[in-house]
Amino acid sequence: MKLFGHKLTVLAAVGIAIVALNIFVALFAPVIAPFGQAEIVGDAWAEPSAQFKLGTDNIGRDILSRLIFGARMSIGLSLVITALSFSLGIVAGFAAAIAGRWVDMALSRFVDLMLSMPTLIFAFIVLSVLGTDLPVLIVTIAILDSTRVFRLARAVAMNITSLEYVEAAKLRGEGLWWIITREVLPNAVPPLVAEFGLRFCFTFLFIAALSFLGLGIQPPDADWGSMVKDLRDMINLGGAHPLYPAGAIALLTIGVNFIVDWMLAIHSRGHGEGA
Amino acid sequence: MTAAAADDLLRVTDLRVTVQGGPVVIVDNVSFTLKRGEVIGLIGESGAGKSTIGLTALGYTRGGLAISGGALHLRGKDIRTMTLDERRATRGRGVAYIAQSAAASFNPAMTIMKQVCEVPVRQGLMGEADAAKRAVTLFRELDLPNPETFGARYPHQVSGGQLQRAMAAMAMAAQPDILVFDEPTTALDVTTQVEVLAAFKKLIRENGTAALYITHDLAVVAQIADRIMVLRHGKMIEFGEATQILQNPREEYTQRLVAERVKGSGFVSTQGEAGAPILSLSAVTASYAKLRNVVADINLEVRKGDTVAVVGESGSGKSTLARVIVGLLPLEMGDIKFNGASLPPRLGARNKDQLRRIQMIYQMPDVALNPHQTLLEIIGRPVSFYFNRSKAEVRARVLELLRQIDLPEAFITRYPTELSGGQKQRVSIARALAAEPELIICDEVTSALDQLVGEEILRLLKRLQDELGVSYLFITHDLGTVKRIANKVAVMLKGKIVAQGETAKVFAPPWHPYTELLLSSVPEMRADWLDEVLARRGKTAAA
Repeated sequence: MKLFGHKLTVLAAVGIAIVALNIFVALFAPVIAPFGQAEIVGDAWAEPSAQFKLGTDNIGRDILSRLIFGARMSIGLSLVITALSFSLGIVAGFAAAIAGRWVDMALSRFVDLMLSMPTLIFAFIVLSVLGTDLPVLIVTIAILDSTRVFRLARAVAMNITSLEYVEAAKLRGEGLWWIITREVLPNAVPPLVAEFGLRFCFTFLFIAALSFLGLGIQPPDADWGSMVKDLRDMINLGGAHPLYPAGAIALLTIGVNFIVDWMLAIHSRGHGEGA
Repeated sequence: MTAAAADDLLRVTDLRVTVQGGPVVIVDNVSFTLKRGEVIGLIGESGAGKSTIGLTALGYTRGGLAISGGALHLRGKDIRTMTLDERRATRGRGVAYIAQSAAASFNPAMTIMKQVCEVPVRQGLMGEADAAKRAVTLFRELDLPNPETFGARYPHQVSGGQLQRAMAAMAMAAQPDILVFDEPTTALDVTTQVEVLAAFKKLIRENGTAALYITHDLAVVAQIADRIMVLRHGKMIEFGEATQILQNPREEYTQRLVAERVKGSGFVSTQGEAGAPILSLSAVTASYAKLRNVVADINLEVRKGDTVAVVGESGSGKSTLARVIVGLLPLEMGDIKFNGASLPPRLGARNKDQLRRIQMIYQMPDVALNPHQTLLEIIGRPVSFYFNRSKAEVRARVLELLRQIDLPEAFITRYPTELSGGQKQRVSIARALAAEPELIICDEVTSALDQLVGEEILRLLKRLQDELGVSYLFITHDLGTVKRIANKVAVMLKGKIVAQGETAKVFAPPWHPYTELLLSSVPEMRADWLDEVLARRGKTAAA
């Protein structure tokens, strides 16, 4: 089987299936879920039954429904944040690589400063001071993440600008815009796309961690991280409840990584044929 | 093991190497026997399978390849049936390998002595003290400076030619029966190549070691091999005594290879037109931030229709000179005039028309063309950029240029990855021509190509010059190329031009001593050339 002209490996196929399932669930959550995400439908900690496939949580909400709505929140939010951090990081990284020594110096030292602070603690401080609104959460994580994207984008662009076809464009008299969009960007896409998959996973785990600590997505909205927190009391009573959202986090992470591995393997084989 | 095979160190019969699990054949049906003290030269273009054959002698194939047929007997034992441990035991002791790039083969964090002693100590052949003594002996045999203390240095502290010889010492440390040389002098300058070749020859002769010598240069293998095998596309084309291959080749392909090298002796007759020079450099000096006067006090003129060659060893400043002319490295002092008017030193200060008139062709066609653009975009961009033509006009012009460089019109939709090295270099030429320049700077344009392919590129450049009257500034280290294509030449040494003028005059006595050194270092297609050169130099050194 082939996809985009490249042979699909078994692991890649598994990864694509996992991601497709997650996206399907996220898109059609209101249709699929038996109950609403904030609806209290039964007793607290009800056993799994025909009505509640996975039982109910600490205040009597259907765990399956919350898992389904949680997919929507976790995946959607991670996508928005990763897209934002990539836009920021690529623009800044390319500018640093191409626009000259002083721009590079200023941007790189700023990024060094950001990287010197532990991300989680930095996010803690910002979110406790500014509050845990969704826009604040998105912008905070996106900026923190973009510093890593910046590093990669700068390195990739540096490698490409040293190649002779870029020099040939400079000698021809082409402007900065042509060089960035026509000579550098098309050749930087493969490593950046692969990195997008990995960063998506990290963002996703980061939100889960923040939610688990109470600083991420706020109740009554469901997301997998805060669900682990809500359900963790059951561990003491021998229930497997927290494993459902935790398993969902793990499964999606693994799925995305399978796809990324596949893309990296294609990329390492050299330039794609006429891509 | 049969008794008859006692003197046969390596016996290869019907060797076949294929891509693992695929139908692609890399080496097909190759047989030879290497006797004690004998040197066999393997010669061919890239992709001929010569390195693959060399590596099979160590019981090794590159990733993705597999020995799928035939037999390899090392001193009567079949390498293919050996266990991994047995194979490992033969390496360094039975067979040792000398790679093309010594710089990439040494560990930069260890001294040379440690790395030379590693194999004999590891294999349990000698103690460390004995191994160190042996290493010093080898350093002396290889004419390395200060053999007693040479080993204490790190790889970056010695020159490229010395490191290549140090690798030979490493290979000889465990006294192997067979040495496999894989293009060991290809990355070296001609003057260094002579020294390294002489050292290898002495080493092989004195130790009675057998060797496989892999190279693409017939003249190099002529100096060292007893027998030569010519390979092409993995197949044996011709195999015979070195003198027979060189003087009386039977196969058409070998004849072409030999002819290509011999032809290098005739001078070109074309002359540039009289009149004002199109490019003239006066007292040009330029530096990098940490390196002063990389080129200094350069005076050079190029007239219409001229081909001016700039020759010199690596590090002589010839590529830097090109960067100064195109404005990538602004000059510090002096003046560059183009058609009588001074060019601004900085690239950014030059106008579109000034940029258009000087074009450049690079050494590595692989990185000179954007892999994500079609030939239409690559060749068409200068047309639309400089001349503001419509889409249809650009297309028509690109088709015309493709015809000029002898590529099919259907290639217009292709990407560079779908072309061979020679075809890519043709596209680079077309891109330069698309700007309708007066001067094209060619920076080592044939050195990354196979001999016969490079020859075709030179012929194409020559023809285009006759048709279009364009001038070339031809940067190269290959003196054979210079003699064939350039009517004028400038010899560079340490950033300065030490000799310049018409090629025939510069390359004839009375010459500058450095020009003579360069010229006499170009290997000739005679087996006794190396000994002659060394004898001559020994005499001058003694006098």
